[in-house]
Amino acid sequence: MLELCDLTVRFGKEGSANAVEEISLKIEDREKVFLIGETGSGKSVLLMAILGMLPDSAVITGRAVLDGRDILNLPEKEMRRIRGTKIAYIPQGSGEGMNPLLRAGYQIGEPRVIHQKERMAQAIRAAAGQLERFGLKKEVLRQYPHTLSGGMKQRSLIVMGVMEQAPVLFADEPTKGLDPARILQIVDCFAKLKEQTLLCVTHDLRFAQAAAEKICVLYASQAVEYSEKEEFFKKPLHPYSQAILQALPENGLQVSEGFAPPREDADAQKGCHYRRRCRFCSEKCEEKPPMFEVGTRKVRCWLYAHRS
Amino acid sequence: MKYNRSFYFGIGLLLIFLIMAVFAPVIAPYDPFAHGTPYLRPSVEHFLGTNDVGQDIFSELIYGARVSLTIGIVSSLVITVIGTGIGLSSACFGGRCDRILMKLTSVAMAIPSLPVAIVLAAYLDASIWNLVIAICITAWPSTARIVRAKALELMELPYIKIEKTMGVGGLRIIWKHMLPNLSDIVLTRSVLAISGAMLTEASLSFLGLGVLGQKSWGGILYYAYFRNGIINNYYWWYLPPMICISLSVLGFMLVANRRWRKVEVKGC
Amino acid sequence: MLIEVENLRKRYGRGTPYVIDGVSFSIECGETVGIMGESGSGKSTIGQILAGLYPATGGSIRFRGKELKIPYKKELRSKIQILFQHPEVSFNPRMKLEESLCEPYLLKKKPCDRTEFLSYMKRFGIYEEHVKRYPAELSGGELQRMALARAMLMEPECLILDEPTSMLDMVSQAQMIRLLEQLQAETGVAYLFISHDRELCRKFCSRIHQLEQGRFTQTWTRAAGNELQKDLQAAGNELQK
Repeated sequence: MLELCDLTVRFGKEGSANAVEEISLKIEDREKVFLIGETGSGKSVLLMAILGMLPDSAVITGRAVLDGRDILNLPEKEMRRIRGTKIAYIPQGSGEGMNPLLRAGYQIGEPRVIHQKERMAQAIRAAAGQLERFGLKKEVLRQYPHTLSGGMKQRSLIVMGVMEQAPVLFADEPTKGLDPARILQIVDCFAKLKEQTLLCVTHDLRFAQAAAEKICVLYASQAVEYSEKEEFFKKPLHPYSQAILQALPENGLQVSEGFAPPREDADAQKGCHYRRRCRFCSEKCEEKPPMFEVGTRKVRCWLYAHRS
Repeated sequence: MKYNRSFYFGIGLLLIFLIMAVFAPVIAPYDPFAHGTPYLRPSVEHFLGTNDVGQDIFSELIYGARVSLTIGIVSSLVITVIGTGIGLSSACFGGRCDRILMKLTSVAMAIPSLPVAIVLAAYLDASIWNLVIAICITAWPSTARIVRAKALELMELPYIKIEKTMGVGGLRIIWKHMLPNLSDIVLTRSVLAISGAMLTEASLSFLGLGVLGQKSWGGILYYAYFRNGIINNYYWWYLPPMICISLSVLGFMLVANRRWRKVEVKGC
Repeated sequence: MLIEVENLRKRYGRGTPYVIDGVSFSIECGETVGIMGESGSGKSTIGQILAGLYPATGGSIRFRGKELKIPYKKELRSKIQILFQHPEVSFNPRMKLEESLCEPYLLKKKPCDRTEFLSYMKRFGIYEEHVKRYPAELSGGELQRMALARAMLMEPECLILDEPTSMLDMVSQAQMIRLLEQLQAETGVAYLFISHDRELCRKFCSRIHQLEQGRFTQTWTRAAGNELQKDLQAAGNELQK
């Protein structure tokens, strides 16, 4: 079980904008939680902060409790024992996720060699079995990354994550750069991950609708809504959630708000970060709303103050 | 402090040598060409002693900065202009022009630079300009290659493609859009070229092929060697010019290796 | 008929397979034609060839009946403009945006009147605070709208849109499409919309060509109905690469 308490990340001096602001989230075992947000919302920074992979200039406060132990801000030696054994990280396959100079099999087998101290040949044999489970042919092992398509690379990376036999998987934008047919394959792969806890970061709403169990929406470093997938897509609560769902082509490309103001407005950092674009904005929004509970869901918006 | 600490250290070193070169007549205690008592050890009157004809080594060193730095900087200018010009032309015009220029670059790269420099320096009379020619003739290819690679990258970027689609003229694209975005790499290459040129000049002067009639650090070493300074272990004669050469090259390298101080993490 | 493409072929070097292998289509004035295909299918290449950035290996392109040959003539250049997928590198990072945006004025040899310029930009949701800055300081949606503004300043008759919204968030994407529809209604510009978002294409385009391995395998027109969607889904399930 992974629990985040008021996790905040800041780059730079005191008073500068937070990259991630007071995120509190509880992820149960074997749950599939998807973090949805735009570029710049802080979603990747959050994953990196938990894994301890941010540069030294990052100031990280709060707690990240994994199986009863706070793993935030642990020394590097400790984190190295956790990475790969307790939490496996799946990077983007379409970019530089794989080493172009090593064959795929070597890279997929590597975690077993490092963590379980197996021999490479043994690890590669185990990899072959896993590959078939995820719909890839054994021949992939012998190939170099540049001969594989984006979809195959991403699935190989998922297999690599599974090989580590870690109970928790972090996936960073697994569908970036993939076309709809490939995205379907990734959805299939994720559906096969029955034993693992998954925290996936994405900006692709359709992918989240297909693969998630719980949705957490991030806007400009704040978590604004947390909900079960079905309820979220049927009836989004936060104005921002409503805006992004309405804007989907399937829903008619509706957009009711004006163009966003230029970034880095110093006072846009106070209060609710969405108030500048929100059509329900009122004076109360100058004050930062807490997360209100609406049934099993959570929303960070003054509109729901009376309901919780 | 925007950049890393070693950058400022490099700037400091270079400033010292720059001041040495510019204010040589003011700083040097003696006229470096004035003869006197030879082979004196370091003392209060002569900080670094005197050489085989009694010239004050410390004054020689200070005046030597002028020649060494001048040749380094002028060579670098020539190398940068030629290298950037060829690299850019190759990338922008492509096709046959690219193939011809790259063949030329490969040939120039294959020629051993020091032997050619030696032959040219020996053949032409020893003036500053001829020394510069000898140094530059084989030094421009690496700049050309690197600039060409970066320019080819730039040409694939959307904004250059859009400029072309709009019909912006080739010269404006190169001047306003490509050169400013190449400036980082061109500046780095030119600073590294200075240090390379200074080392080549020092080598040539040490071999006696340097500029006649002027003091340079390599020239001091030439006399230190051929007038028995090294055999007799007159370290105050041969060490200072070596240290000056090394420190100035170090200064240029540190400046070329400038880095931003803060690490930026891209948002997600 | 604004643009007619006949039997377009493209390959990189003799002996390599054809990336585009006999593609034919046409674009009428004021029409929105879509090209859909997987990543790497060559759809971007078609757009860039049309824009005059790369030469075709075979086939012909006609603009209002006249054959196009690289290099395009200057008057013709402004008639076909292009927008790319990555707004962050669609502007010279070393130039202030107002300077980049005024380049069309320089090309058309017209003086850049500041008030006229700013009121034109307002239609794209771009204000003075935006143009004073450098590209690195603005978001993808803002930069893409500015790229659109710059392209429209050239008064094109056809605008090639190479996945212009795939890097944008949902709201920016919707705003961009709405803006494009408005501009088309006002100026009658035609669009060639390249994308792999099936739903978006169906909403935005009146005709869609499906590109597979260098050829058009299907064409869908709005009048004809929903066949493309079902076929695409089947094609997606078949691909077990």
